[in-house]
Amino acid sequence: MPSLLMIILRRLGWALVVLLGLSMIIFSLMRIIPGDPARLALGPTVPEEIVEQYRERMHYNEPLPIQYYYWIAGVVKGDFGKSTITNRPVSKDIKEFISATAELVIWAGIMPIFFALLLGVLGAMYKNRWPDYLIRFSSYVIIATPTFVWAVFFLLIFGYWLPILPSIGGRLTMGFSVPSVTGLMILDAFIDGQPAAAWDAFLHLSLPALALALPHTMQEARITRSYMIENEGKDYITMITSQGVPRNVINRLFLLKPSVIPTISIMGLDIASIFANAFLVETIFNWPGISRYALKAILGKDINAVCGVVMLFGVIFILTNILVDIVAMILDPRIRQSRSK
Amino acid sequence: MEALKRNWYKFSESKISVVGLVLAVTFIFLAFFGKYLVPYPEHIGSYVDFTKTSLAPSSKYLCGTDVMGRDIFSRIIGSFRNTLMMGVIVLLISAPVGFIVGVIAGYHKGKPIDTILMRITDIFLSIPPLILALAIASVLEPNLTNSMLAVTVMWWPWYARLSYGVTSSLRTENYIIYAELAGAKLPHIIFKEILPNCLSAILTKMTLDMGYVIIMGATLSFAGMGEQAPKPALGSMISSGVKYMPAQWWFTIFPAIAIMLIVLGFNLLGDGISNMLGTEEI
Repeated sequence: MPSLLMIILRRLGWALVVLLGLSMIIFSLMRIIPGDPARLALGPTVPEEIVEQYRERMHYNEPLPIQYYYWIAGVVKGDFGKSTITNRPVSKDIKEFISATAELVIWAGIMPIFFALLLGVLGAMYKNRWPDYLIRFSSYVIIATPTFVWAVFFLLIFGYWLPILPSIGGRLTMGFSVPSVTGLMILDAFIDGQPAAAWDAFLHLSLPALALALPHTMQEARITRSYMIENEGKDYITMITSQGVPRNVINRLFLLKPSVIPTISIMGLDIASIFANAFLVETIFNWPGISRYALKAILGKDINAVCGVVMLFGVIFILTNILVDIVAMILDPRIRQSRSK
Repeated sequence: MEALKRNWYKFSESKISVVGLVLAVTFIFLAFFGKYLVPYPEHIGSYVDFTKTSLAPSSKYLCGTDVMGRDIFSRIIGSFRNTLMMGVIVLLISAPVGFIVGVIAGYHKGKPIDTILMRITDIFLSIPPLILALAIASVLEPNLTNSMLAVTVMWWPWYARLSYGVTSSLRTENYIIYAELAGAKLPHIIFKEILPNCLSAILTKMTLDMGYVIIMGATLSFAGMGEQAPKPALGSMISSGVKYMPAQWWFTIFPAIAIMLIVLGFNLLGDGISNMLGTEEI
């Protein structure tokens, strides 16, 4: 039987193949844009000789596979080319904007872990009584509402009617200045010894993170609830109950763990869709993150930036899924066994 | 007939599924006939009346009017046709394509063709669908057809996964082996032997997906890549209304509620059907 390490290595190997495929798709996609990429990059007023020089330098005159070779050779070294919007290397842009998104996604990813489990367990404990009905009804409504609509609702409610939380204007109130160490504003503020700034950064973070996390929280709560209920009917629970083990001990030790594993597997996929939905949420809340940058790049047909960001998202998505799989394997011996076959 | 009655009984046991059915049927009905029923059909297109701009909701204008003086209620109903089209066309293309890919790969499980097809599927699944859909939509001209195309490209892999799973577990069943021994060709095995076994799972997934596709379409349209003005689209109505908040809140709130009710309807309906057929949620 191969060890956990072997399984992980094999997964990583496949991940490389998948990423290579993704890079080919996104590269050819961005090269079939109607129009001349060199012209698009330099603008209409630049004389033709300079455009031609630029074309020569960027290998735009070569056939597509050769262009791809030059591009991927750069990507491997971390060079995604230059963004035509910010006029800087894409890798530099990514470095600058990724931390704001990371902070947002981390919060939006952590929040569901607590609330989804709490609501799911509550729903299962009060099955078919009013708390369960309330949670189920609100989860239906919340899941049916697109994330960007939540962002707009929150902007309206908290930004104008009930101004207790900052809703626009980035990550910090003017006046605070936090030196960047990790890039995560809250952490940086603590490192610098400014708890007030950390609190302020947290307040700025809470609305966009909540908008991102809400639908996933309810989705995961539903899954937790249904697995709790399914496992509750199993023989081993009946047996422990008949032996007189207290209810809360059963819930904690025997029911929660097997019911939570499917939820954790879903969370991997959810992190990905949190990243995707961050596109609009960041734009609505004016959050200076990578998704807002990417949306600008997509709308402005900034070829190198789009390719770079899509590749980055692909890497993050694949790594998250492998990580989640490992966690599930550690928690559940059955998954461990089936994966190693 | 008897089976239909039994299924309906099972379906209507859960009241909330019936609510979903009512919402979905109302939406589909309005998508077809809404144009003839709304109070101001001419407001659905490019119509301007500067004497009636930005009026608050009233009995005359149920959801108020927009900056052009158009009735928002009529425009919401008027956008239903395209919203429905988005969902139906995306699913009608991606489900068969995904099925064919999945069934061929699953039938040849372990052979090179399986590896190739499923790895291609994995590539599409390796990136959040919205991101690549946005990238595809941005390359193309922004309109409804292209936004449908972008979502379809991202949607078929899920059906490939689903049919792959079913097929690879079915291919060692006796009736498939007998069909092979009797000299049945691949199309016969796919459509006559395997398809009937996948159908209920695929149809359930299609109803459940309807809501998600509509959300995706609304998201693209919110980002400016769907149906273009002056034609109404729920996503673009919301995005163009955001800058008038909070004073003219009715610009955004009513289209948002419309999306919510449509998606809610299809989600409840899908859950009801999946309970009725006893298919696991996939």
